[in-house]
Amino acid sequence: MSLHTRTVAELAAGLAAKEFSSVELTQHFLGRIESANATLNAFVTLTPERALADARRADANRAAGTAGPLTGIPLAHKDIFCTDGIRTTCGSRMLDNFISPYDATVVAKLQAAGTVLLGKTNMDEFAMGSSNETSYYGPVRNPWNLRKVPGGSSGGSAAIVSARLAPVATGTDTGGSIRQPAALVGVSGIKPTYGRVSRYGMIAFASSLDQAGVLGASAEDCALLLRTMAGFDVRDSTSVDRPVPDYVAELSAPLRGVKIGLVREFFERGLEAANRALVEAAIGELKKLGATVVEINCPSLPLSVPTYYVVAPAECSSNLSRFDGVRFGHRCKEPRDLLDLYRRSRGEGFGAEVKRRIMTGTYVLSAGYYDAYYLKAQKVRSVITAEFRNAFKSVDILLGPTTPTPAFDIGAKVDDPVTMYLNDIYTIGANLAGLPAMSVPCGFVDGLPVGLQLIGPHFGESRLLAAGHAYQGVTDFHRRVPAAYA
Amino acid sequence: MSLSRTDVEGIARLARLEITDAELPVYVDSLSKILSLVEQLNAADTAAVVPMAHPLEGEVQRLRPDTVTETDQHAKYQANAPSVAAGLYVVPKVIE
Repeated sequence: MSLHTRTVAELAAGLAAKEFSSVELTQHFLGRIESANATLNAFVTLTPERALADARRADANRAAGTAGPLTGIPLAHKDIFCTDGIRTTCGSRMLDNFISPYDATVVAKLQAAGTVLLGKTNMDEFAMGSSNETSYYGPVRNPWNLRKVPGGSSGGSAAIVSARLAPVATGTDTGGSIRQPAALVGVSGIKPTYGRVSRYGMIAFASSLDQAGVLGASAEDCALLLRTMAGFDVRDSTSVDRPVPDYVAELSAPLRGVKIGLVREFFERGLEAANRALVEAAIGELKKLGATVVEINCPSLPLSVPTYYVVAPAECSSNLSRFDGVRFGHRCKEPRDLLDLYRRSRGEGFGAEVKRRIMTGTYVLSAGYYDAYYLKAQKVRSVITAEFRNAFKSVDILLGPTTPTPAFDIGAKVDDPVTMYLNDIYTIGANLAGLPAMSVPCGFVDGLPVGLQLIGPHFGESRLLAAGHAYQGVTDFHRRVPAAYA
Repeated sequence: MSLSRTDVEGIARLARLEITDAELPVYVDSLSKILSLVEQLNAADTAAVVPMAHPLEGEVQRLRPDTVTETDQHAKYQANAPSVAAGLYVVPKVIE
């Protein structure tokens, strides 16, 4: 079996058995990146020297007997995570020249675990987008069909794992930015519970929604990475001080007796028939594995998109006020005065969608509108969260599609933000309520992958990962690689 | 909900964003569409609902002891600044 079609778990076994070294493994992936990245545009920055240095250190640690389960595994970080001494752009012209002076906690933890950094992945600008088309560095292409989007905002990470240019990659998810691209390129992706993974050094978009996670070839690989990434961090004031379960050990928990709730609202609005059929087939598999399936109502869920498009822009307008052209980031040429410096630096540094969200947020927070918009949205958010909480009194996992349709054409939705926003209709609810959720591949429509979404109660990652793992034990959709990258 | 050009110019001024004349009508249109989407929220009865303060029930903002935890990394941080002099960030003159 070629190196790139193996999962992280299989690569770790090969490294442990000295079947190949980390340097050999890293060179293999660097070679694949060199031949494929020009087409896919999935990396913003490549770090081959750093990768080989990491790999040599990993091999030395293995020889010295100090290797851990991730030692020598190559990976890529979404370019939203700060990497010490390496350019960190967040997909924006604003940060085109920004060399981070420190590592994000996620980056530091994975480095301490012995992973090998291949590069930083392309993404929608400041994670605002569902198609990777808002990136200053151009759109990423879907490895299954180069005319299609890979989803977003973690589109680069998704395409990289799909085309096996890296075995695994990090991502972030504010309204679906891990799960939606994972679904559209046929990989597995988990957004953990809000507060489970540190946000320190992860460039902020909407701080009450943002969470870091993993895109991998399998639920098992997501578990392997998340086990290392998760945990309390004193540097993130919303990080939760709670022990991290051994997600890998808990993968073997059986599905027998697990109660799954089908969220009726997820099957009503805009779901394409072919996608529905694949999700229903997956439900059949989960039943065969012993799960009990019931229907559940979350009647306010259809309000999650409008709620999100108040809360997320409001928080974004506040977070992005730090980009002022003074301390770091883009500065306009020859400012006339301080106001001109702010306005032109920001006008030039931000792309159209980021400006749109900053303005939406500025409006909903402005004098006289706060109660009508932000306060109202935070109330509806309470209602949606209460409905989820109530559902989890009677079921262990909620289930639905990840997206209403397979990947769409590049350019098809760029002119209509509201149509673009509706891509996230099934994913946003979990962010509003801070719940863990994952997407696993469940089939193909016209050669394009489709994702199944599983949502758990707060800190219920283990059960989601175990359910995904059990499903992947009886299906092979997660094993499929686009023909051009096999 | 429909915004005027003047509304959008006012929002851009508050947000410290320069918007070109060519961009303005695009934002008038798209921001109006977004606000129409958001109007769906009016249908929800939230009279007795407490607005959400934190996604996790019972979690409150953690405080830390007021002690020095950071070291001085002035030069490292200023390496990213567009303009510095004598360890200070340089901006256009604000006091005549």
